[in-house]
Amino acid sequence: MYISNTEQEKKEMLEKIGVSSFAEIISCVPREFLNPEVNLPKALSEIEISKRMRELSGKNRRILSFVGAGVYDRYTPAAMKAILSRGEFLTAYTPYQPEASQGILQTIYEYQSSMCALYEMDCSNASMYDGSTSFAEAVKACLRISGKKKILYSAGINPRYIETAKTYLAEDKQYIFEEIPLKDGITDIKSLSEKADGETACFLVSNPNYLGIIEDIESLNKAAKEKGILTVCSADPFALGALKTPGYCGFDFAVGEGQSLGLPMSYGGPYLGIFTCKKEHVRQMPGRICGMTKDKDGKRGFVLTLQAREQHIRRDKAASNICSNQALCALGAAIYCALLGPKGLKEACMINNSLAVKASIELSKIKGAKLKYSKPFFNEFVLDLPVRSLELRRKVSEKFSIDPGLDLGHLGKEFENSLLICLTENKNESDIENLKKAIEACI
Amino acid sequence: MKPEELKYTKTHEWIKIDGDTAVIGVSDHAQHQMGDIVFVDLPKVGDRKEKGKQACVVESVKSAFDIYAPVSGEIIEVNSKLSDEPALVNQSPVENGWLFKMKISNPDTSDLMDWNAYSEFAKNEVH
Amino acid sequence: MNDIMKFDNELSIEKSRPSKRGLHFNCPACQTNIPASHLRKNEPKLPELSEFDAVRHFTRLSKYNFSVDTHFYPLGSCTMKYNPRINEEVSALEGFTSLHPMAMDENAQGTLEIIYDAQERLCRLCGMDDATLWPVAGAHGEYTGILLAKKYFSVRGEERDEIIVPDSAHGTNPATASMAGFKTVNLQSNAQGLLDLENLRKSLNPKTAVIMMTVPNTLGIFEKNIKAICDMAHQNGTLVYMDGANLNALIGIIKPGDFGIDMMHLNLHKTFSTPHGGGGPGAGGILVKKILSPYLPKPKVEKKDGKYFLSDDIPHSIGRIKAHFGNTQVLLRAYAYLLKHGPEEFAQIAENAILNANYVKASLEKIFPPYSSQYCMHECVLTPPEELLKNGIRTLDIAKRLLDYGFHAPTIYFPLIVHEAIMIEPTETESKETLDAFIAAMKKIKEEADKDPEILKNAPHTMPVKRLDEVLAARQPNIKW
Repeated sequence: MYISNTEQEKKEMLEKIGVSSFAEIISCVPREFLNPEVNLPKALSEIEISKRMRELSGKNRRILSFVGAGVYDRYTPAAMKAILSRGEFLTAYTPYQPEASQGILQTIYEYQSSMCALYEMDCSNASMYDGSTSFAEAVKACLRISGKKKILYSAGINPRYIETAKTYLAEDKQYIFEEIPLKDGITDIKSLSEKADGETACFLVSNPNYLGIIEDIESLNKAAKEKGILTVCSADPFALGALKTPGYCGFDFAVGEGQSLGLPMSYGGPYLGIFTCKKEHVRQMPGRICGMTKDKDGKRGFVLTLQAREQHIRRDKAASNICSNQALCALGAAIYCALLGPKGLKEACMINNSLAVKASIELSKIKGAKLKYSKPFFNEFVLDLPVRSLELRRKVSEKFSIDPGLDLGHLGKEFENSLLICLTENKNESDIENLKKAIEACI
Repeated sequence: MKPEELKYTKTHEWIKIDGDTAVIGVSDHAQHQMGDIVFVDLPKVGDRKEKGKQACVVESVKSAFDIYAPVSGEIIEVNSKLSDEPALVNQSPVENGWLFKMKISNPDTSDLMDWNAYSEFAKNEVH
Repeated sequence: MNDIMKFDNELSIEKSRPSKRGLHFNCPACQTNIPASHLRKNEPKLPELSEFDAVRHFTRLSKYNFSVDTHFYPLGSCTMKYNPRINEEVSALEGFTSLHPMAMDENAQGTLEIIYDAQERLCRLCGMDDATLWPVAGAHGEYTGILLAKKYFSVRGEERDEIIVPDSAHGTNPATASMAGFKTVNLQSNAQGLLDLENLRKSLNPKTAVIMMTVPNTLGIFEKNIKAICDMAHQNGTLVYMDGANLNALIGIIKPGDFGIDMMHLNLHKTFSTPHGGGGPGAGGILVKKILSPYLPKPKVEKKDGKYFLSDDIPHSIGRIKAHFGNTQVLLRAYAYLLKHGPEEFAQIAENAILNANYVKASLEKIFPPYSSQYCMHECVLTPPEELLKNGIRTLDIAKRLLDYGFHAPTIYFPLIVHEAIMIEPTETESKETLDAFIAAMKKIKEEADKDPEILKNAPHTMPVKRLDEVLAARQPNIKW
């Protein structure tokens, strides 16, 4: 228990309150509801908790994993971990009192600036829950702005992002989601031009796409803009250390999964939803925004701003209901960007890409294996195998403690033998060698 | 335009009617209550607005205020200066800080107040 | 705030010097396959710093900040309790943090077991039947809950599009309702800040899908008619949603499931002590009664023959509310907290939270009139005395002056139905000494306000910056370098 009051103090407090017992204070609660039986195990001590949790963490098998698909095995710099664990950041809350929260506010400002720099966009908010909810909110913003109902999305978007967006639009069955198919692993631009019409609200694309391939987002945005529709690009912020940016290509909204900026994978979270947009859409941005201003003496300071968009003011007319966000993860991303800088991030991108290229070459040498696409990829690629990938994955995992990549059967029959294999800076050439041997042994 | 020559609503909009067109803004009393205006979300030209329904939103730092159409009709012009200078609503709520102009479709203005009635109404509303 | 540290708010980008780097890699022989046409044209404007530069920069910034670790933080409705360090340590174990969200179930047994067991314990604590821990924040949980209701009615073929929200509710409630496509029907509270049964009866109609209740409500008062409210709603075929933001007042002594609510969200970052991180991440699971089980988001954590697995077999599921499972590392912290408490310990949390709030209220009520004279639960709502308001002192001034005394301000101007509200939630982890110091500061501030109101109007005086120009920030937004 983490309670400070002693029995003596409690007595004094009851006296001050003017009651003889605690029961008197809660006499407003109908008796039938008070002190029910709670069927819970006995409390553990700190030592027991430490042991128990270590035991449970040991039940997660430690394996060499080549699974990516939007969540990446990144190295978390030691300095980043150290700063994030500081109680002054960790145990603060939303900076409602700016004078006593300049530290957090400045880090939000630096985070927003770093994201705008990476995506080359005008505005960023202070963070959303994760890449998929950011994506869903961007779709909603497009629908609000355009007043139209048709949503065109590239088949190269993470299917879980599309599912999330559909859940977020559950309010209205009138929305139409229409898929733009892939051709040779990238979005079919011709189909986009054909399907975009006067009823279309927006076009959504991902870069790199779900299959790891780099899309020609510049041409795609141009084709969409020719039809006068809004555009959303979900881009991996890490890859933007090297790749052409959504901002440069003219996208209205650019979102992404910030986990890629050095945050642990932790089975789903906490991650970081990056949300950026063009200046003209800033009022449609959900969530908090930090701005620089001056204090009474003219000194630089930071505050939460443009708050009249938010739920605590607009209530049922707010763009989104988001309140708590992922501030500490955003701080982590800001630290990550500061530690790597533009050159470090580019170098890290090239390491990822080089390792993936190396792996693609080595693994294609496996008998019966072959790269599914010939297009340039970033740090993931699809490998077709002579066996069903799901079974292979199980076998390799069980026998060699290696997770060889994500089985892609969920994308359809033609992917039943496909593995999506991801390389990051945490892997090296001997890992690739081990992966190759393991797959060979299991087919 | 002088405040004394305008008509007013119970929701603190002023309106100046000239034939079948009208200019609309918020009263000086209302802008005082709102505090520093930081943004005006103007309607789109061509939008149809129903009398008594929300026509646009005026934001201060910590609040958002719905502005209601005092008459039904179509938006024919908005005060685009407000996009860069929302403070005009505070500085000059009638002359420079007007919000939008409408082409009136139904000229029923019987429930609007004149300056004297509105002044009295506004005074009573302050506690 | 920091006499020993000179205030320095230079941005990291201003400290940047070309060619400095905080992290280096050993590059393997680089063989890229990315054509130049796919590469970015301009280098991103990110700071170039040494590791030491970065550590000093961010450590300094951490100092210009109030936090639970450093200051009493009586922010009403936010439950700023102590965040135990064991939670941090065990949630950061590599076996947990290195687990990919799409790892195969057989490789994720430890984490899955924790999620499963946490759900079960939370259901038992709250008297509910089933749970999902996918949602990552209170508002995300609310949205999930309202979608459950939507699905429930659509499967039953009922067309209901209204949600009743009391005027004392958190802003997220009406925002959630409209986000899910419902009309919000605002329900006025009565003079005691409670829901008016007659008013409710009039508002309920065949279109009413859900009523969203906060228990105790945002005034810190227990809705004594909660059972009648639930019954009345159910007779109308309406579901009752409970906003669990204030669960700290009930934990271990009252099970919300007993009132008859149909679903509730939990803010694990409040009641279950996970740190707030400067605004997040939180975690916001949903607990439901059996009738709503079939609609829970998928996949669901199930157990069979001693093995845990993710099941997609929920035909009426509302679907996926996020690409991957919730804020797992936050759940791990909450789980450690669950392990640390048995039934008696949980009851002690609620008891001390309520005791502390009433102690503050009793000690200050002569000077700062409470909104309600009855005993409060875990938080109390006070107001500035009339004479101060007449002198032009506002709640904001009191809040700012508190910072000078080394206390974070309470929640102010909320609930909206209380003029100039000061909402204080001390939580159970604060000691009587701290509360006494806070009470003394409040009294001192009242004296100052009487003698020299300018001290308050110009407060804070000791923070790194004076009051900030929010109008400038909003009129000419500068939101990036």
